[in-house]
Amino acid sequence: MVAVPEAIPEVVEQEETSVERLRKLFLRMLVYGILFVWAVICLFPIFWTVTTSFKMAPDVMRGHLIPWVDFTPQWLGWRSLGLSPETIFNYSTVRAEFMKRFMNSVVTSLSASFLAVVLGSLAAYGLSRFRYHFGPMKNSDISFFFLSQLILPPVVLALPFLALYKGLALLDTRIGLILLYTLMVMPIVIWIMRDQFKAIPVELEEAALVDGLSVWGAFLRIVVPISLPGMVAAFILSLILCWNEYFFAALLTSTEAKTLPVMVASQTGSQGINWWSMAALSTAAIAPLLIVGIILERYIIAGMSTGAGK
Amino acid sequence: MDEATARAIESDDFVAPDPIPESRKRLGRMVFAVGTVVLVVTALARLLQELGSFDFGFVTWRPVLYAYIFWGIALGWSQVLRRGEDGKRALFVLPAALFVVAMVVFPLLFAVYVSFTDWNLSALGGPKFNGLANLRRMTSDPFYWNAMLNMVWYILAIIVEYAIAFGMALILHSQIRARKFFRVVFLLPLMLSPVALSWMVGKSMMEIRFGPLANLARWLGWDNPAFFSEPWLARSSIMVMDAWTFIPLMMIILLAGLQSLPKEVMEAAKVDGATPWQTFWKITFPLMLPVSITAVIIRVIFKLKLADIIINVTSGGPGGATDSITSFIFRVYRDRSNVGYGTLLAVVYLVIIVAFLLALLNLLSRWMRGYDQEVS
Repeated sequence: MVAVPEAIPEVVEQEETSVERLRKLFLRMLVYGILFVWAVICLFPIFWTVTTSFKMAPDVMRGHLIPWVDFTPQWLGWRSLGLSPETIFNYSTVRAEFMKRFMNSVVTSLSASFLAVVLGSLAAYGLSRFRYHFGPMKNSDISFFFLSQLILPPVVLALPFLALYKGLALLDTRIGLILLYTLMVMPIVIWIMRDQFKAIPVELEEAALVDGLSVWGAFLRIVVPISLPGMVAAFILSLILCWNEYFFAALLTSTEAKTLPVMVASQTGSQGINWWSMAALSTAAIAPLLIVGIILERYIIAGMSTGAGK
Repeated sequence: MDEATARAIESDDFVAPDPIPESRKRLGRMVFAVGTVVLVVTALARLLQELGSFDFGFVTWRPVLYAYIFWGIALGWSQVLRRGEDGKRALFVLPAALFVVAMVVFPLLFAVYVSFTDWNLSALGGPKFNGLANLRRMTSDPFYWNAMLNMVWYILAIIVEYAIAFGMALILHSQIRARKFFRVVFLLPLMLSPVALSWMVGKSMMEIRFGPLANLARWLGWDNPAFFSEPWLARSSIMVMDAWTFIPLMMIILLAGLQSLPKEVMEAAKVDGATPWQTFWKITFPLMLPVSITAVIIRVIFKLKLADIIINVTSGGPGGATDSITSFIFRVYRDRSNVGYGTLLAVVYLVIIVAFLLALLNLLSRWMRGYDQEVS
């Protein structure tokens, strides 16, 4: 009589744990299933782009998927860019054209990101440390002035810049694009860097000032080294946005300063689209950022996480 | 907000500020005056030449640009001369401020002016003022309002994106193996250029004859998988491609928010016997509200600029069903080179955006306050 009531709960509990275990197993499988499916969704377009660049026309038309099983990889697409093993050492006009676009993209996005990080960090530091009165504008107004540029849609500036750059002879130049891209990413840099600087204790700079450094000396010698990871994060985010920018590049450049996205977009030939060369070009256009993304993922996430914890 | 957080390093706490001699102040004023005179003279001279009164031999407006840079330097220098330490502090913000003023304020004013003119870029002669004609034309332009309606749909799609991003962030936050691998993989779509994406996904993978997505749809029992034939279908396809690129952005922001949540609260909930479902709705979700709002607002801002994919995949078709405002104005510029009208559309769009975002922020802050009261 006494033993029975004690035994029953135990059995029930054991049953519960086995149900629980089953449920947990099911849940785990579900979670990994979702993870796997989402990973495929993320990776498949990249896989498709890269493999298509090694296909021949019939392979594309039949929708072949897996290299060496469905089709034999060929260098056709890369040859049309002058980047296949046989053509890489010969002169190729297409490759010269491609390299020009590639260098345009590299130069504009790197310089614009650099300029934005320099200007933006300075402004963010000033705003997070000093009190300003520019006429009626105080710190919060100045911050708002900078950050409000984020919501400015590119179309509003497109035509004024077309006219302005025409007058300044900056149309179809790298400098014109660099200035515009700097403007485009600077609010993001200021946003990220403001949080970075707020996280640095003011006491560090106060000590430096006591030691006789000037405001700028303290900034350059103490603050910049500490906030370097944040600057790298801001730089990389800017780089991504500038590298992929299409709208302004399409409107403001024609022959000289055309960037890679514009070149990709204008690849329709008279006999339809050569998918293999299109894919090769796309691969070359996305490869640099994919590499940057994989290597510097930590910084990108740090940059995008800014503002989330606040 | 900044007023309170900007803990100023007032140097006079440490060293008594040297009084700035009158001669230095005078020099500073002079530098600024010289800079201003140079800028005004250059601009006036260029303007006079433009109006045809004199010829100073300018070819472009570049000299005015250089004069502006010169003026900026003079302004900075005079600040340091006249105000000492304060001037040096102003130097942190001045370059960015002058840059933005030159790049945004002037062009915006110019845009407002152009939007009241009739201007064809390929024709000779400059903009001709035509009053409210553009505005009248806008009110009866079905394509513009159609694009505006599309924008509403595109914005509403963010709700679904948010749900997916939150789900993925929760999974990435839970105890899983190979978390770093999945995080990198999930981030990759954000790296891809929308243009390459529109070609390789929109035009190639969704190609009706051989595209793998079309094949998949056929295998699932859809006989004629034309992704861009019907208005709704085309719009959804655009939404999916755009979501694919930007879900990682929201996911990372939400993940960072999840990681900064206080762990004690979660553990307390577990001890109290709350089910995961209850924990999520009663604790995680309310605590995540501020981060969620940040993520959604950022996403809305990016969504309002949506254009690249539409321009490259459908160029607005079928029948304007996928047009966003940006892609529509892009075509107005490109095809009809009707610059005055296009600019008016853009300016009106800006006004609507600002009103919409202000209303949204207002609504959200009010709602948040209500939510706080309800919880507490």
